Amino acid sequence: MSPSDSAAAPVLWEELVTAALLGTDRRTPPVEAAGRDAPVALLDAAAVQTVRRRAGLRPAPAAPRPEPAAVDTRPLLPPAAARRLTMLLSDRPATGGGGRRGSAPDLMELLPQWLALANERGFAPPPEALPPLLDAARGRTDLRPAALRFAGPRALWLARLNPDWRFALRAAPGGGAALPSPAEPEGVERLWQEGLFAERVALLTALRAHTPAKARELLDTTWTTERAEDRLMFLDSLRTGLSAADEPFLERALADRSRNVRSTAAELLSALPDSELAGRMAARAASCVVVDPTAETATIMVEAPHECDAGMERDGMVAKAPAGRGERSWWLGQLVEAAPLDTWTGRLGGRGPEEIVALPVADDWRAELHAAWCRAAVRQRDPLWARALLGAPASPEAGGPGAVSLAERAKLLATLDKEERATWVAGFIAAHGLSEAFQLLGVCAVPWTEPLGRAVVDALNIARDAGSYPWSFSGVMGLAERCLDPAEATRLDALTATPDEPEDASPGAGGYWAEAFQRLAGTLRLRATIREELTAP
Amino acid sequence: MVGPTVDDMTQQGVRWTADQVLALAPDVASRKAGSKLGAAGPWSEAGSSDEGTVWGLCKGSGSKPYQTVIDLADAAGPAYKCSCPSRKFPCKHALGLLLLWAGGDGAVPTSQAPDWAEQWLAGRRKRVEDKRSAGGGSSTAGDPEAARRRAERRAERITAGATELEQRLADLLREGLASAERAGYGPWEETAARMVDAQAPGLAARVRELGAIPGSGPGWPVRLLEECALLHLLDQGWLRRGELPEGLAATVRSRVGLPGSPDGPPQRDSWLILAQYDTGDSRLTTRRVWLYGTRSQQIRLLVSYGAAGRAPELTLPVGLALEAELSLYPGAGQLRAALGEQFAPPAPTATRPRGRTPSQAAARYGEALHNDPWLDSYPLTLERVIPTPAQNTDDDNSSIWQLADADGDLALPLTPAFTSRPGLWRLAALSGGAPVTVFGELGHRGFTPLTAWPEAEGAAVALC
Repeated sequence: MSPSDSAAAPVLWEELVTAALLGTDRRTPPVEAAGRDAPVALLDAAAVQTVRRRAGLRPAPAAPRPEPAAVDTRPLLPPAAARRLTMLLSDRPATGGGGRRGSAPDLMELLPQWLALANERGFAPPPEALPPLLDAARGRTDLRPAALRFAGPRALWLARLNPDWRFALRAAPGGGAALPSPAEPEGVERLWQEGLFAERVALLTALRAHTPAKARELLDTTWTTERAEDRLMFLDSLRTGLSAADEPFLERALADRSRNVRSTAAELLSALPDSELAGRMAARAASCVVVDPTAETATIMVEAPHECDAGMERDGMVAKAPAGRGERSWWLGQLVEAAPLDTWTGRLGGRGPEEIVALPVADDWRAELHAAWCRAAVRQRDPLWARALLGAPASPEAGGPGAVSLAERAKLLATLDKEERATWVAGFIAAHGLSEAFQLLGVCAVPWTEPLGRAVVDALNIARDAGSYPWSFSGVMGLAERCLDPAEATRLDALTATPDEPEDASPGAGGYWAEAFQRLAGTLRLRATIREELTAP
Repeated sequence: MVGPTVDDMTQQGVRWTADQVLALAPDVASRKAGSKLGAAGPWSEAGSSDEGTVWGLCKGSGSKPYQTVIDLADAAGPAYKCSCPSRKFPCKHALGLLLLWAGGDGAVPTSQAPDWAEQWLAGRRKRVEDKRSAGGGSSTAGDPEAARRRAERRAERITAGATELEQRLADLLREGLASAERAGYGPWEETAARMVDAQAPGLAARVRELGAIPGSGPGWPVRLLEECALLHLLDQGWLRRGELPEGLAATVRSRVGLPGSPDGPPQRDSWLILAQYDTGDSRLTTRRVWLYGTRSQQIRLLVSYGAAGRAPELTLPVGLALEAELSLYPGAGQLRAALGEQFAPPAPTATRPRGRTPSQAAARYGEALHNDPWLDSYPLTLERVIPTPAQNTDDDNSSIWQLADADGDLALPLTPAFTSRPGLWRLAALSGGAPVTVFGELGHRGFTPLTAWPEAEGAAVALC
């Protein structure tokens, strides 16, 4: 605001300030002393001027108003759900803790589920919840996609005003300006030609999800003029909707100047079992792996390649092995990984995947060969081979460090449908307990199926009876809180009491377990409530 | 923050929101600890009654669970009882239990209070009843002659203090304000202590604030001169209070720090709770609650205090309306009042305060200074204003914000302090570039928003 003084007043005020700053001994104030001391006369005049200035304050000229935010047409959250959101957002993880987690639910951990559900139901947030929501998304990148989708257009409007929330503009293509519809070729063309890199990636991704062929054609128009690192990112977006129609384009990309682009193109081609590249790899791989005709029992013989020629390199193979690996086994791995899995039934005597996996392998090649098949099954999303390579969940080999690592097993599981995945993991836990189960549980669909949930709760119960402390299982416990079906809460009630301590148990473990189970049951109930609150009336 | 809705009314009065519960917490640590306990896990036998009592057993580290019971029925504020040894008040168990109850997910069902809770409730209600029937009696008894002599002695002390302060100010102006920057904070602290001895806490507080101004950023000599001049004005007002009109004399007395008593006639209204916020230091928390008479259209202020570690007892949920009587404190243009009889607990209302344009609001602040020149800010509601970012032309080009008239070309700047608070972003989010209604305090430093309403219908959003 600005003081609305008459012409003389500002001069007077400034002279008063100067005199006050220097002192009346050095500067006589411009006021009538009339028998008073100069300082008192100065204070009198200053008091009049101060009140005068304040009483006369006037509004300032308004700055240009911001453009109004785009209208959010989604229905507003029901009040109970809005209160819950406030509660979830105000629960900041305890700082400097690290110790016991107590028996109360970890609210922040429920936010991803809450957001997914709210998005599924298509609700809009109350505007005043946007700042804490953006702050939460700022701190946790994993929350961003769901949080920004839920936050809607007004969050992007806000993000343009607050530098702390810039990330929202980067994540949202076009700084919030809507992407042109795929049905609007001119808009698409303009953004592709003039947009920033992030906008173009977003455009290509969106277009690819809508009409894969259009996206590829669009990319092809400017392909040769793009920078190498950009080409790599654009090529990556072709993973969605990959089909045989992409083969000619990918074949050309095999001759790209950049090695990374070449190898990505080769990887994409090898995921197309009918592509020429897949055929070339099949032929190369087939000559390396045979069933030994001379052996008494059928045995796989492996003759790893002796060289990595220019043709192989063009097809995306990396000639130089990483330190500590033999060149030939390195080449073999890449060949088998890129060869279509269908090849092997014909090549290995008409056997199906399970029979092939069961065959003995000569000369210690088994680990190398099976690992390459695993990568191929994951890349080609082949459930038959994945099932064969996983084997029976209860088999002793599944529990220990076998040919197939836990990480690879988790990836193989991801190619199976969710029922089968859950059943396999349930069987695994029943046979081997929880100590290796964390990664496998992570790929199971939420909420867990009943058999899987039961297997986890039973295994936790067994671990408790065995006298260990609950924090040895804190990872699985945390997953269970988020993934168990809320309907299981009632079955947990019996476990929430503190049991009598057996003699051989760790001291105090019973109480900690009761606490952990209380938190688990409490979290499940809370999730059930959240679900109810988000159900539109 | 989301206000309670009419739906909630079907259960035990108004179910509180989590924010309202957390506002009871005496400090940040309690807030956090209470939030953790706001889940079903540690609680057993929790329940609530229709009269507004909540109880439960909370499992702690010991073998015996803590017994926690809260009485929300008394409109003077909640009362708590917990068997835990904590000296925080309310303790984390009471907060957790209230949060659980506020969550409304069936963990605190309506039921019959157990004996241990019933005993305390009955005892408490009886004490309140006794106090009420005894109240208004002759507790203020005493010899009126002695009281008059005490008041006289105090007035003499204040006069001595004010005279000394005048001398101190004159010396400062003779030496020059530049010397204040060199001298630092020490002399001010000493003068403030002397004003405390003179039983003039209002003067002491102003002196302490003076001490913080030198070297406090660009323009400090202007601010220091302004505050010195106003302090001089207050000293002179006190020394010549006999010559002042009664209203202004009362204002001077209360500004100097003499306690007044709310002797205005009781004014009954349905008071919309506009805003509630706390200020203070480690020793004392001051809570201000702004109210708006939905019938009288007048604004009133309730002030309550909490000693270290305790939240002030009075808690009123923003956005609800309270049918009650208020009595004003003395002083011209005085807004501060005391809460008298309450006829019903706070209930939802669709009423919003009547608002003004930025120009009208600025003029209103000027008028208010006429009654009380020491007024730092004045409560006002702005209607149809748009929160707008602007460039700061005085300072570096740091950003400032305005509330711009949606139908004109004038704007009130927001105070720099508010611009760095989270409330700014709640306000901006609520607006989204559209006009909003904003209640807040307008002063010479700018406007401090406290509560806002969206243009369309919608609940009040607290910004403080």
